[in-house]
Amino acid sequence: METLKFEYRGGRPCNPAQASALAGVVGSGNLEILVEQEPLNGACAVEVVTAAVGFGAIWQAVLDDFFARHPLADVRISINDVGATPAVVSLRLDQAVNAFLGGTA
Amino acid sequence: MDAKLLLEQLFPAGQRVDFDGQYFSGTGQTADGEVAVIGTTDAAAIGVELAFRIAGQVLEIVRSHPRRPILLLVDTQGQRLSRRDELLGINGYMAHLAKCIEVARRAGHRVIGLVYSQAVSGGFLASSMLADTCYALPEAEVRVMNLPAMSRITKIPVERLQDLSQLSPVFAPGVENYLRMGAIAELWQGDLAACLEKALAAAVGHDARRDRGLARQGRLLAGPVAERVRHGGA
Amino acid sequence: MTQSYYEASARERLAAVLDPSSFQEILPPSARVTSPHLRQLDTPAAFDDGIIVGEGRLDGQPVLAAAQEGGFMGGAVGEVHGAKLVGLLERALDTRPTAVLLLVESGGVRLHEANAGLIAVSEVMRAVLAVRGAGIPVIVLDGGQFGCFGGMGIVARLCDTVIISEEGRLGLSGPEVIETTCGVEEFDSRDRALVWRTVGGKHRTLLGEAGELVADATAAFRAAAIRALALTPDLSLEALEREHAALGQRIERFGDCHDAVDIWRALGIEAPERLPLLEAADFNTITAGKRA
Repeated sequence: METLKFEYRGGRPCNPAQASALAGVVGSGNLEILVEQEPLNGACAVEVVTAAVGFGAIWQAVLDDFFARHPLADVRISINDVGATPAVVSLRLDQAVNAFLGGTA
Repeated sequence: MDAKLLLEQLFPAGQRVDFDGQYFSGTGQTADGEVAVIGTTDAAAIGVELAFRIAGQVLEIVRSHPRRPILLLVDTQGQRLSRRDELLGINGYMAHLAKCIEVARRAGHRVIGLVYSQAVSGGFLASSMLADTCYALPEAEVRVMNLPAMSRITKIPVERLQDLSQLSPVFAPGVENYLRMGAIAELWQGDLAACLEKALAAAVGHDARRDRGLARQGRLLAGPVAERVRHGGA
Repeated sequence: MTQSYYEASARERLAAVLDPSSFQEILPPSARVTSPHLRQLDTPAAFDDGIIVGEGRLDGQPVLAAAQEGGFMGGAVGEVHGAKLVGLLERALDTRPTAVLLLVESGGVRLHEANAGLIAVSEVMRAVLAVRGAGIPVIVLDGGQFGCFGGMGIVARLCDTVIISEEGRLGLSGPEVIETTCGVEEFDSRDRALVWRTVGGKHRTLLGEAGELVADATAAFRAAAIRALALTPDLSLEALEREHAALGQRIERFGDCHDAVDIWRALGIEAPERLPLLEAADFNTITAGKRA
């Protein structure tokens, strides 16, 4: 198990449809992502707890891409991962944020 | 301990218990009157027939002997593992036994469980664990699964499980662990007849296992989490 | 388009079975009530510990509902998971909903916290019976990928009814457990046809272990759950004596049967070997009046 933390700045304040949203399940090759609104001085904080150790650089790249698509401010993203591929991670991130902003879980 | 020796120690004033294979039932004499006894021996695997038979005896006691206390002395290695038992719906037989014990409780019978030898997973769930209060002898074995088998399934090295089991009661076999977690109320030692009489005199109340687990620092979350769900806002 | 109950997640099942947007979760993922024991064993935890509990409405009636997520550790019961279920059942004693719905999907006790899980299942059993004793029906929906086994298989049969799809298996020891312990000649867990006709929904319905067989569709489960709202719990001595007689007859009539097909034939069903191929509606028509 490994815990990775990332922080992004320069995002835009958002107007979420719900205070938090969840996507995915903690199962093999999958992950769950919890997105929550939280005052973080404009930051977007990401914490990843993963069963697959040693993939920090890949997480960094996937999350950089995500933040480029969704530059969010004052949002906390919490992830429990069981070795999901970058494609699955990106898909779940988009699902979670769409539910968060659009209101459909 | 051997079941016959156990019965002699529990009921020095006398008992009439019939043994049939791994099953036994009958009555024992206490200072407060007769107690119904139902049990199994030789680490019986509980299959459909045995679950059905125990359930039938519980119903017979409820029908014929209102309010007579029931002492469950179930020695079990767990549910019988077979395709036939699954084909016949063994979980339904286990549930039936559990419902019969509940009917007895609701009809005013005290139900006491005593683990005197072995209590394992499904066999334990459907019997002594359904008692108002469950006790054990210190030499009893209580478990879901031994550590080597647990290691194979969870893929966690057995050495790691052994190390952690020194710190936490949460997964390793052992009557002490079940005591700390509240499922076993007390260990009976010395004068077993006195232990039984004390148990019979104890007040019947709600399922107190979570409270005991919390008080004994063996199960810290069960009680508080259940309370939060029961009383919390949706 | 019909939504498969089997393929849906626990959250999707709750959303589809209950009245639209009626579900309010208690201790949602943001509360982060997770299992400390998994972390201790270097195993990832889930924010909801694999079970969603809360309040909602079904056909306009207030209900409490829980759904186990099989994708997380096979829906296995640990300390927190079990406590959420116990708390929900006890909440029913206070709020007196029309029913409690259990969308089960579980392999039984979670081995990483086996003792806590076993005790929790036992507390769930006591709590289910307390809720039924208070006159509130407890309705089980079983149609997930992991079926319902171990202690949860016992819990399911403590309830008022089990609504099941053919895919939703129900038993005590899973086929894999029996094969591992007793050998492949006792139970070949890779023989899917054997597994389904032994522990699958059709056989469970014919035995009388499940109350209704439905198609693998969330709408079918919802419709059956609405019908089940009318059930009245009966934990009387007479009810248990009737059940006892039925279970005794089952051993007498079918105790020597080698296979589920033998039991179906003994029930008077013509060409029983075709049953696994039938859609739920045809199955229900053909087997009407022939269930044990």
